[in-house]
Amino acid sequence: MSAGARLRVDPIACDGRGFCLEILPEMISPDDWGYPIIRAAEVPARLAAQASEAVWLCPRLALRLDAPDRSRPRGTPR
Amino acid sequence: MTTAGRTVRSAGQGGRTAGELPRLLPGPWAGPATLASHLARHGPLPAVGRGAEPRRQLIAEVGRAGLTGRGGAAFPTARKLAAVAAAAAATGRTPAVIANGTEGEPASAKDKVLLAQAPHLVLDGAVLAAQLTGARQATVVAHGAVRDIVDGAVAERRRIRYDPVPVRVLTAAGRFVAGEASALVNWAGHRAAVPTAVPPRVSERGLDGRPTLVQNVETLAHLALIARRGAAWFCSLGTPAEPGSMLVTVIGAVRQPGVREIGIGTPVGDVLALAGGPAAPLTALLVGGYSGTWVVPALVATAPFSVAGLRGAGASPGAGLVAALPAGACGLAETARLARYLAAESAGQCGPCLFGLGSIATELAELAAGRRFDLSRLRRWLAQVDGRGGCHHPDGAVRMIRSALDVFPAEIAGHAGGWCSGTRPGAVLPLPPPARR
Amino acid sequence: MIMAAAAGSAGLWYLSRGSGLVLLMLFSAVVVLGVATRTGSAPSRWPRFAVAELHRTLSLFAVALLLLHVLTAILDPFVTIGWAATVLPFVSPYRTLAIGLGTLAVDLAGAVLVTSLARRRLGQRAWRAVHWLAYLAWPAAFLHALTAGSDLGVWWVALVETGSAVAVAAAVLARLAGRARGGPRPPRPVPGPAPAGTS
Repeated sequence: MSAGARLRVDPIACDGRGFCLEILPEMISPDDWGYPIIRAAEVPARLAAQASEAVWLCPRLALRLDAPDRSRPRGTPR
Repeated sequence: MTTAGRTVRSAGQGGRTAGELPRLLPGPWAGPATLASHLARHGPLPAVGRGAEPRRQLIAEVGRAGLTGRGGAAFPTARKLAAVAAAAAATGRTPAVIANGTEGEPASAKDKVLLAQAPHLVLDGAVLAAQLTGARQATVVAHGAVRDIVDGAVAERRRIRYDPVPVRVLTAAGRFVAGEASALVNWAGHRAAVPTAVPPRVSERGLDGRPTLVQNVETLAHLALIARRGAAWFCSLGTPAEPGSMLVTVIGAVRQPGVREIGIGTPVGDVLALAGGPAAPLTALLVGGYSGTWVVPALVATAPFSVAGLRGAGASPGAGLVAALPAGACGLAETARLARYLAAESAGQCGPCLFGLGSIATELAELAAGRRFDLSRLRRWLAQVDGRGGCHHPDGAVRMIRSALDVFPAEIAGHAGGWCSGTRPGAVLPLPPPARR
Repeated sequence: MIMAAAAGSAGLWYLSRGSGLVLLMLFSAVVVLGVATRTGSAPSRWPRFAVAELHRTLSLFAVALLLLHVLTAILDPFVTIGWAATVLPFVSPYRTLAIGLGTLAVDLAGAVLVTSLARRRLGQRAWRAVHWLAYLAWPAAFLHALTAGSDLGVWWVALVETGSAVAVAAAVLARLAGRARGGPRPPRPVPGPAPAGTS
């Protein structure tokens, strides 16, 4: 399902509402201003359901689950 | 001409490559930049043959020349041209070309000077880029100070139908992040000049959803010369890994501040000499821009001004700015001022940038004023802000501030003890007045 | 035979009205929870995401109950409402205005439901624009309850209706007060040449 996927936040959409911080504290912790810091690790199988729920529930649709190995390579033009 | 309250002179001819420079700038003042004087100096722009093959060959020549972006990111231009052309072919959408003359960096003047003194070279490059990618129009976004000159140049060309594609001119938004590629695309699309989420990259989906080439005006000027004189000529200056010339803006405690054209790899000390040399003993240099890196002058005096040459000092040429800080100025006070400016220039879209830079700037102001401050908390905030914005604005601010913490340890200790080593009044680094909100 | 039919019809009648009353409570709770999700009230007792999840769950319950409510009303042989009136407002021959208000509420709530299910595909802006219709759907449902129901004389029916109205009104006032006070964060920049603004 979403196990092994990478969880990402769109910083422009994110408003610091904090739902994800409550649902997935194992992977997301708040910075000093209440915005989510996502550990770069992939989503482990046991947290897959919570990760999907966090993505669905985010009021700003700021969370995303990417398939593994799809990070934007450095050095590509904007 | 005067920009940003300072007098900017035309390029000098110093350095080991005297006689080959200047390439972009017209040298000693030769009157207003007309199309006739431009053609007299550089000759006509070769026509690009129809079809894909001539375009491919010219892009390959640009690749052999090793031209990289002169807006700060130094991305290979040929690769970007090819990527946009390929995206256009893949999606079937006509690409767009935007010449970036925003120059949001307040202390940098090279793009304004280039547009004022050699607008036709930039326009040649923009039109050429449109032909190479298949775009049907070129958009030039020019800093407000030189908008009239660019308009005049475009009108002159339009009168004699000089260009195969039309050129439209917009005035830049005038904010620091307005020169970022996606912000520029937004601005050209008549929206706010703030960055948007990437992916998708603007080279795939930019202006009006079309593959968009965003290129600094200086890069386009070099492109226009490579089309005339070839890759081998371009590489006769610079280093093997980073060929060509570049424009730099030297400000601060130098005798003749202004814009100069140098071969890439010129030692930093020579770059300062081109600007008349230091006007006073220097405590530090700010290299690359206001979101660049503070360095100790002695450590970089012989370092080549290039990506490879400055890497050892943790710096990079960036937007080609070198700011000299004299002894007697307080590096921490300058850093605090810059941090406050950079925080205010946040687009305000991302919490870590908007609030983080604000908190950091306030903490630095406390440090600069000799009041209580928390260095470990500052470092924690810097780590929390780095890389967590929608664009690289906060990253640059963090980089500049971290380098200040490295370069000014004595000043930090002094301020923590409640005293400052600065002796001269007033600020050194120029900042524009606060933007109206 | 006729007695059985009458009893069956009476059963549909009571089911329709009973489900309507429960629906009013459910719908009101959904609106209150929706507002609470936004204003972040009661954060200490419950995590905010739980409020959002309850809002979602209750709204799905309400949809199921709504189907029952509409079906029992249409199938009741003693009143002629017609299938068209399930989606087209103000076409029922029986109590046109009262039923029409209910149909209006169903249409609006249906739009909210569909866009919420397809939120990721539609995008935040489109979803949000349609979700505002909830503030129209609830009054339509409430007025439908007042006009289509004829049990206002029964004290506990009046209590349910008053309580629902008070709860929703309080939630909306809290939302407006929160908005006037300004959130903890500066507003987002609006599109246009001038930077920053109110959203």
